[in-house]
Amino acid sequence: MRQTLDLLVEYFSYPFIRYAFIVGVLIALSSSLLGVILVLKRFSFIGDGLSHVAFGAMAVASVAGLTNNMLLVLPVTVIAAILLLRTGQNTRIKGDAAVAMISVGALAIGYLIMNMFSMSANVSGDVCSTLFGETAILTLSKLDVWLCIGMSVIVILFFILFYNKIFAVTFDENFASTTGMGVKGFNLAVAVITAFIIVLAMNLVGSLLISALVIFPALSSMRVFRTFKSVIISSALLSVICASLGIMISVLASTPVGATVVAVNIAAFGVFFAVGALVRRK
Amino acid sequence: MPQIICRDLVLGYDKKIVSRNISFEVNRGDYLCIVGDNGSGKSTLMKALLGLLPTMGGSIELSDGLSQSDIGYLPQQTEHQRDFPASVEEVVLSGCIGHKGFLPIYRMSDKIRAHKNLRKLSIDGLQKRPYSELSGGQQQRVLLARALCAADRMILMDEPVSGLDPAATLEMYRITESLNRDDGMTVIMISHDIDAAVRYATHILHLAHEPLFFGTKEDYIKSGAYRGAGEGGINDETDA
Ligand SMILES: Nc1ncnc2c1ncn2[C@@H]1O[C@H](COP(=O)(O)OP(=O)(O)OP(=O)(O)O)[C@@H](O)[C@H]1O
Ligand SMILES: [Mg+2]
Repeated sequence: MRQTLDLLVEYFSYPFIRYAFIVGVLIALSSSLLGVILVLKRFSFIGDGLSHVAFGAMAVASVAGLTNNMLLVLPVTVIAAILLLRTGQNTRIKGDAAVAMISVGALAIGYLIMNMFSMSANVSGDVCSTLFGETAILTLSKLDVWLCIGMSVIVILFFILFYNKIFAVTFDENFASTTGMGVKGFNLAVAVITAFIIVLAMNLVGSLLISALVIFPALSSMRVFRTFKSVIISSALLSVICASLGIMISVLASTPVGATVVAVNIAAFGVFFAVGALVRRK
Repeated sequence: MPQIICRDLVLGYDKKIVSRNISFEVNRGDYLCIVGDNGSGKSTLMKALLGLLPTMGGSIELSDGLSQSDIGYLPQQTEHQRDFPASVEEVVLSGCIGHKGFLPIYRMSDKIRAHKNLRKLSIDGLQKRPYSELSGGQQQRVLLARALCAADRMILMDEPVSGLDPAATLEMYRITESLNRDDGMTVIMISHDIDAAVRYATHILHLAHEPLFFGTKEDYIKSGAYRGAGEGGINDETDA
């Protein structure tokens, strides 16, 4: 135990590990907050779909040799998010089918482009790390860290300032709009924030595993808690704890960061599931 | 005093027309029941009245100082809400969301109003309970309390008694009657229960893509639409 602690302290004296930790925890926090909305609005797969779009955009950006990938990836993902959230209602193609279409489409095109045009010697390595985020989290610049901090502050402020509206729209969108509140603008804000978080989260867990960060904390919390406020608070705490644990384990055991964080989340879901079943039985 | 005047309304989705030629008037204190078969466009009309759906023709005029946000809404229940993590208190308070306030929290007056409505519908014992664990009748009352928080002059109810047992149904009708008579609220209710509609309402609108009838209850009883509905055969061209 003593040794493990010493080892942790030693690792955390490296700035890049500290950056990875800060960014990882912040991303986990923001995506879990947003996840509650997405899960309850039956938009769980939006996270997944958007991450694939981001992957496609990333492929195009790296092939085009852009110095800063974000310049392409962020706008593309934001636009995709707006389009996808809009299809959630009153359109001919059902929301989930639209997401699936865009998501696998972008994945395939992205992979195709990377294979055809990439100058890199190790294409499958590149693809793999974009999908599972192996290296990106350990090569963060100071700018990335600040970007992440800024984004998390925005998400948390959004939740505090609009908490009541978030509840009203998530619970019953139609009713909320009859009270004269601007539901369209609200949905737009959710879409844009989702896109930002997805793009940032690609650094941590890669594009395939993002939806795990988005949905697991919310789903786990809903097994045990029965009010909106408690689900939100529990998701945030749970996600932060799982991310911290996951990152520490991955540092100590040299396992891939993203996959480890997701594995911890799965374990937590198991625990919450059991607790929920016990509580319900009584 | 007319509160809503609809003239030659045409309604539909994505350019596909669902119903046309809808004209009627709602006066302050009226109790209007909208009846008709599944798919005849009742919910669609209600969405248009609430401003959730753009009209494709004709006009909806609100007068008597009424604005769209003065209309409370009790939606047709959807599966979506049934497993939502929310306490009764959270749901009812969310009716106050439209009240303007600078701070992002509910004001004292909102909380008082929410409690008054909980008491009025005799569900004040349930306020900490999870909404999803209530019975259908209790959930319906919670949603009604929310609607009353949003507006106290007019209420639109979309099939408020569907899925309720006879006792809960009767209770719902009693509550509605009291809102209409004692609190002077205008009520517009969609219902499949024509007998109850005729018993409680002052006016009836019978829809079948086009209105088959609009007028007072007394005239409705004498009309062909009522006798046809009783035999269940007049509007069999619906797509239900
Ligand atoms: N969101 C929608 N998009 C497209 N068409 C719709 C939509 N909602 C309803 N419709 C169509 O409009 C018609 C009228 O539907 P509406 O919900 O108004 O019926 P209703 O009278 O309320 O029926 P019910 O008694 O079953 O509630 C139906 O044919 C339905 O298929
Ligand atoms: Mg309906």
